[in-house]
Amino acid sequence: MDWINAIVQGALLGGLYALFAAGLSLMFGVMRFVNLAHGDFIVLAAFGALALVETTGFFPFWTLIALVPMFALGGYLLQRSVFNRITGQDLLPAILVTFGLSVILQNVMLEAFSADSRRIPAGALDTAALALPGGIGVGIVSLLMFLAAVVSLGSLDLFMSHTRSGRLLRATSDDQEIVGLMGANRAHLFALATAIAGALIALAGVLMAVKTNFDASAGPVRLLFAFEAVIIGGLGSLWGTLLGGILLGVAQAVGAQIDPGFQILAGHLVFLLVLALRPEGLMPRKA
Amino acid sequence: MIPRFLLIGAIVAVLAAAPWWADRGTIRLLVEALTLLALAQLWNLLAGYAGLISVGQQAFVGLGGYLLFSLAMFAGVPVLWALPLVGMLCALIALPVGALAFRLTGPYFAIGTWVIAEVFRLGFAQVGSLGGGSGISLPVGLVREIADGRGAREALIYWLALGLAVGVTLSVWAALRARTGLMLGAVRDDAEAAAALGVRVLRVKFGVYVAVAGATGLVGALAFLQRLRITPEAAFSVTDWSVVVIFVVVIGGIGALEGPILGVVLFFALREVLSDLGSWYLVILGITSIAVMLVEPKGLWGLLTRHREVRLFPISAPLPRSLR
Repeated sequence: MDWINAIVQGALLGGLYALFAAGLSLMFGVMRFVNLAHGDFIVLAAFGALALVETTGFFPFWTLIALVPMFALGGYLLQRSVFNRITGQDLLPAILVTFGLSVILQNVMLEAFSADSRRIPAGALDTAALALPGGIGVGIVSLLMFLAAVVSLGSLDLFMSHTRSGRLLRATSDDQEIVGLMGANRAHLFALATAIAGALIALAGVLMAVKTNFDASAGPVRLLFAFEAVIIGGLGSLWGTLLGGILLGVAQAVGAQIDPGFQILAGHLVFLLVLALRPEGLMPRKA
Repeated sequence: MIPRFLLIGAIVAVLAAAPWWADRGTIRLLVEALTLLALAQLWNLLAGYAGLISVGQQAFVGLGGYLLFSLAMFAGVPVLWALPLVGMLCALIALPVGALAFRLTGPYFAIGTWVIAEVFRLGFAQVGSLGGGSGISLPVGLVREIADGRGAREALIYWLALGLAVGVTLSVWAALRARTGLMLGAVRDDAEAAAALGVRVLRVKFGVYVAVAGATGLVGALAFLQRLRITPEAAFSVTDWSVVVIFVVVIGGIGALEGPILGVVLFFALREVLSDLGSWYLVILGITSIAVMLVEPKGLWGLLTRHREVRLFPISAPLPRSLR
């Protein structure tokens, strides 16, 4: 029964990993750009929520009302001011600038919030659980987190397939040059993708802050989880990313069940196994 | 040609005599600088010339350190003999590791190498006989066998570090002047055209990856031979073996052999000045390297030689005056 419980908890945690991954995957899909500071921005959102809760005393989830628009706007401006200058054929500037940004963010957060591990308490919600048959308890926070992931990925999917902006973003993903020639504003489209990624980062950060412990140096590992979910699921597939996140979460939970020191390692090993056996991922987007 | 070799030779000679003119603290600092120089040259070859941007070279630094300790402690190999063996083993292990990493391209290759380094770190933390997460020290008996007394041992490690830094720099230079360099240059300028001319692009890049991994392992072995103690955190540190190395190359000048040398000198000067600032010094380094990347992607060396063609390590013949 412990094992089934571990698998259920892992699968729910996988929803959070899919949220980590969605922004990363969207940006790579639209402009072949990977932000190595992605995880650090998630942690920044978590600290932002913590600071808001501590100063205002609001319920943690209300911070989303402030943080989601803030991160979306921040993403838009960051793309237009800096990232657009380094998005292109040459990979080196993009990787090195965002890697530098990651180091800066980590150390600034370290100075601002110390190295202590933190979590935002959500009152009665922390211990509230849904009792399933067989003695399996599903935490309400975990369930909300998973639902938020499914709803966000679903909305993103609808946005991409049914709106004019979504169609333009998909067209950019297929051929940046042609979209530019057709009169679309590439700089704006890129920034739009980063704005959506920013909103997803804020959501992921707040949920993470309530669900798990985090500290100033927790960003890179979040980036690795996001990346692993994307690759396991298959590039360019949103629902594949959800599946990838779930598989990663289950692998970690089962690993932790074997030996607590084995949790993160088990996730990495499943990722490497998928990379070795099925490098195109489990649900690759059809060409 | 002669003045260049005289200059390089003179610098190396002065450095080789350091055990007679420098105190112990300086020697230790020099070992650190030479180790960093070797790692920076290797990363520069990988990223600046072969286009393989890795943020996971700490995998091989740590592996080299752990292999050295394991060979000396469990296989009874004399420490100094273990060093070349470590280099070869690291290159051998890089074959399957590289085969996995090469399934990813571009930015995802970078993150993939990072995951692999994390797997190594978490894996070695699980090995009880190597001290698990808290690490292990080289037994005193083995340390005594290295050399007669502490002074002699530290001088020996210093000369090894100097030899390694000079050797790596000259090997990279030689490789870039030979066929490999021509092929890498062709691939960098236009991968498809190079492939059409018969360059086996992946094979060349894979060869560079494996050779760099072997040399990186050797540097790691020496770094932890100097420290005499190894822990998973120190062995696979992203900050020490990737962040600092990348900043040094970017600020000094990527894609030129002179860049890393300039970068290392600058890094140690900055570190002395900013040592009281704690983690702010990494923030300052980060901001500097982002600024360099946005303003002058060829770094300080690129800035210095923008209007004048100066090369300490030329890898191509200068353009005839009529074509300039």
